[in-house]
This record gives sequence, structure tokens and C-alpha cells, in this order.
Amino acid sequence: MAEPRRRQILDILAGGELPVNDLVRLLGLAQPQVSKHLRVLREVEVVAVRDEGRQRLYRINGRALKPIYDWVKPYERSWSERFDRLDLVLDELKTKERADGSDE
Amino acid sequence: MAATSSRAAKVTLPTDDQILITREFDAPRHLVYQAWTTPELVKRWWSGQRGEVTICEIDLRVGGTWRYVMTANAGFEVGFHGEYREIVPEERIVYTEVFEGMPDAGGTLNTATFTEIDGRTMLTLLSLCPSQEVRDAIIDSGMEGGMQEQMDDLEQIAISLG
Repeated sequence: MAEPRRRQILDILAGGELPVNDLVRLLGLAQPQVSKHLRVLREVEVVAVRDEGRQRLYRINGRALKPIYDWVKPYERSWSERFDRLDLVLDELKTKERADGSDE
Repeated sequence: MAATSSRAAKVTLPTDDQILITREFDAPRHLVYQAWTTPELVKRWWSGQRGEVTICEIDLRVGGTWRYVMTANAGFEVGFHGEYREIVPEERIVYTEVFEGMPDAGGTLNTATFTEIDGRTMLTLLSLCPSQEVRDAIIDSGMEGGMQEQMDDLEQIAISLG
């Protein structure tokens, strides 16, 4: 997912299933380029496709992305713990500032 | 009113060598900036639940250096240091960060941005890593810490059972 365009495709598809034409329009790229990115994303199974009438609809494959989410979660938790402590420091600073202000 | 869920840190991986952390604080940004750049204050939050900060040095000027050392609950020490590259007071700090346990891996280039909206502050912390391997190792470090916590929890349970 190093290619920023692929990341962009995923961001767009996070909003819902779309046909290629819409992706082409939203990305402002030529159709062959978009198709190439979609092919790569399908190969690694982060994007799934289905046919509806004459349209091919693309969507995010949530199951494939879940391992990434699970992998990041402990790291995210370590930052949440830091920031929860930072909240306590900020509460104190706010109280102090308010008290200093009322002294004047 | 902001939902409580927006208080949780959010980590995303914009590209293969980046980490983006965002978090909203219920405080004006001059206070968040103060808590982020004052050694006595950083000492109180930076280690989270994973240990105690024993050293916190901040020379907040372009070209100035910083160094944080934490003694983890399990007893080992972890240190980080770096250099300030750009400082816009209360707005943005760009700095390098080297994990002293993996000095050869190369450091990250971090940008901390503080944005105030209606008295609340959005912090974004973007890390550019020298490679995907380093980026992945940083994410993995969360898991090691998490496992350590689980071990600590187990130890507590074992003690209570004993």
C-alpha cells in the first residue's frame, strides 16, 4: 500500500461500494491506471469485486484489513495510556490557570 | 459536544513507512504544548502505564536535542533521543527520534501539530520512518509492551492467588 493512489482508493471505497467509472472520476486518473491499481489491490485481497448487470462494483474487503487493525491496536493502546495521563496533567494546568486568572 | 470516543488515540498507517497518531484534548493548545515541552510535565505522562520516566531532557530550540529514558515496569531501561529541526511555538514541532535500543536502524522524523478548535486541541503526530522494517518494528513494540502488561497482570493474579 506504499503507492499513495492505492491508499486513496481505499479511502474512497471506505465510503462505500463503487463502480470503476466513479473511481476514475474521483481520482482524476485515466481508467487503465485505476484498473492497474485495482488489480494490485485485488491480488492482495484488500479490495473485492462483484458484477452487477454490466457494472463491476468494487468494495473494501474488511476481513483482509482486520489483521492490520489487530496488529496496530496494542501500539494504539500504548499511546492511549500516555494520553490518558496527559489528560490528568492538562486538568491540573487548566485548574491552575483558572485559579491564577481569578487572583488578578 | 465531542463524543468520548474521540478521546481515544487513533493510529493509522498512511503509507508503508509512516505512522500517524491523532488525539483530541479537552484543553487549549498552549496548555497541551506546555505539557508536551516541559520536562517535569512530560515525566508525568510519557511512560503511560509501562514504567517511570527517569530522564527527561528538552533543549527546545532548532538544533537543540532531547532525551527521554524510561525504566519499564519489568526493570529494563528504554531510551530515546533526537534533535529539534523546526519549532513554531504552540503550533508545530519537527524533530528526529532515535530508539537507543536500535540505533543502527536509523531514526524517524516526527511532526507534532497542535490545532485548537473551540478551546479543544487536536494533536497529530506523523512519523516518517527510514524503512518499512523500522515502521513495522515500532508498531511491534506496542505488542511487546502489551504483552509485558499482560505478564504483569498475570503476575498480579499469581501473587493474589499465592
